[in-house]
Amino acid sequence: MTDKDSKLVDAIDLVKNSIQIFDCKVLVSNNELSVESSKSDFIRIILFLKDHPNTSFDVLVDICAVDYPDRKNRFEIVYQLLSISLNLRMKLKLQVKEDEPVESLSNIYPCANWYEREIWDLFGISFENHPDLRRILTDYDFEGFPLRKDFPLTGFVQVKYDDETQQVVNEPVKLDQEYRDFDNLSPWEGMTKILPGDEKSGQ
Amino acid sequence: MKKVANKTKIENYSMNFGPQHPAAHGVLRLVLELDGEIVERADPHIGLLHRGTEKLIENKTYLQAIPYFDRLDYVSPMCQEHAYALAVEKLMQIEVPIRGQYIRVLFSEITRILNHILNITTFALDVGAMTPFLWLFEEREVLMEFYERVSGSRLHAAYFRPGGVHRDLPDGLLEDIKDFSKRFPDRINDVEKLLESNRIFRQRTVDIGIIKAKDALERGFSGPCLRASGVAWDLRRTQPYDVYDKFDFKIPTGSVGDCYERFLIRVEEMRQSLLIINQCIEMMPKGQCISDDPKITPPRRSEMKVSMEALINHFKLFTEGYHVPSGETYTSVEAPKGEFGVYIISDGTNKPYRCKIRAPGFPLLQATEFLSKGHMLADLVAIIGSLDIVFGEIDR
Repeated sequence: MTDKDSKLVDAIDLVKNSIQIFDCKVLVSNNELSVESSKSDFIRIILFLKDHPNTSFDVLVDICAVDYPDRKNRFEIVYQLLSISLNLRMKLKLQVKEDEPVESLSNIYPCANWYEREIWDLFGISFENHPDLRRILTDYDFEGFPLRKDFPLTGFVQVKYDDETQQVVNEPVKLDQEYRDFDNLSPWEGMTKILPGDEKSGQ
Repeated sequence: MKKVANKTKIENYSMNFGPQHPAAHGVLRLVLELDGEIVERADPHIGLLHRGTEKLIENKTYLQAIPYFDRLDYVSPMCQEHAYALAVEKLMQIEVPIRGQYIRVLFSEITRILNHILNITTFALDVGAMTPFLWLFEEREVLMEFYERVSGSRLHAAYFRPGGVHRDLPDGLLEDIKDFSKRFPDRINDVEKLLESNRIFRQRTVDIGIIKAKDALERGFSGPCLRASGVAWDLRRTQPYDVYDKFDFKIPTGSVGDCYERFLIRVEEMRQSLLIINQCIEMMPKGQCISDDPKITPPRRSEMKVSMEALINHFKLFTEGYHVPSGETYTSVEAPKGEFGVYIISDGTNKPYRCKIRAPGFPLLQATEFLSKGHMLADLVAIIGSLDIVFGEIDR
């Protein structure tokens, strides 16, 4: 183990020990620290991580939402934090149900403002006490939440310039060729116990 | 008559800036609220270049996702491929051959110069100096020729692959890069001399758009903009990747954090990049440039002509692609604009379950209002120029 690695492990242990007082689950994989937070303690954990001199995670690098349609808590929000003094990154995860609002961090980390707008825009997760929750990346009167897994890749509408009304209009999407999603998975790689056609043998 | 004059209430007025404006650096639309010529509120409307990159990547194999990274920040393509390649390597636990790592570092630094040339010169153009643009763009074209010789295209290279780089360097390229690195410091000096003490340039940039270190950190700044505020934070030094820990280079930092310092930092960074390039050429080892694991690297053409297995391997790699073990990683590199990060969640199949791209320009643009409040409208243009905004990465 090099000197750099041992420093990293020390830093991870330090953070691990200091946040034990909260209701959360700590995981380390690939030398990356991630913490699953409970909803009730979330803001307290964030404030602790940011302000405690031991941890001082002063940069909120990114916020990412992930959609797991099969889970009871459909969305997972991942906050990427960075501590300059510890030279350590961590992920803070929070699971939320569909239609369940999340507390906004924009008064703790000002840069959370746009990240949260982006998540609202693309996933439809709303944030409580957000100063300005508008769509950000999609078109002005866009409908739907495109990064959800149930949103088709081709979308629902396409725009065109309409000669008659002399303006740009939305119309239902029309593909000259169906979207082709080839199943290239080889039977050798992703082998399961049940192969296609096995269901016939029982008949 | 007097009464009427007293009753007249002067209201702030709103102005629309962009999206088609040469100083908007692409497709930025700003809705401004002005009090006379003083900016009271600046609300950037972004997303005009939104292409749904993250959604597309979810539907492509790991190898097919690489070209999308070129198209994010289209003036520093290879650095973004670098972040993606490192992330996939981390998930698959691939070792990259040492020569591959050196080539990557070499081209990352060429990319940094490529990016800074564009930023410095267009920034100078925004505040009224046209000559640097004409001088340095000639050199920029030379750098893009290096890109072309190594990858076949000037911009969208798709050269860094998980496991190394696509092809080895062609003969004579290193000598030409060496020639360039001998000639280029003079060009940097010329431009610096022209701008550094120029009265107009200094009037337009010194003490404009100041941000202190604490604010910069809270607002998610990274790269030259953060270093201009006095934080010596460079991922090449603090969290080195590939062979960056083997080079000797300095990290320039500022103290005030205004537009002028952001410019100076970039000029100095070009010099440091040249230092790294020179060391890279001197230390360039022999050997392979991409991992020889047949699971991720396609077989050679010559092999495919004679071996059926090689042909099958090739076909499967480019249709099905490789399977990445389930897991997740956030991997970041020091791109020319700041920290470029890729957060990949893999579910064990041949396509990423989720790929979040952290663009350095996103938080920078977000701070426009903070930086420009109380400044004149013309200063806003200088501020946007100094932040190094490219819409490919912000809108994704």
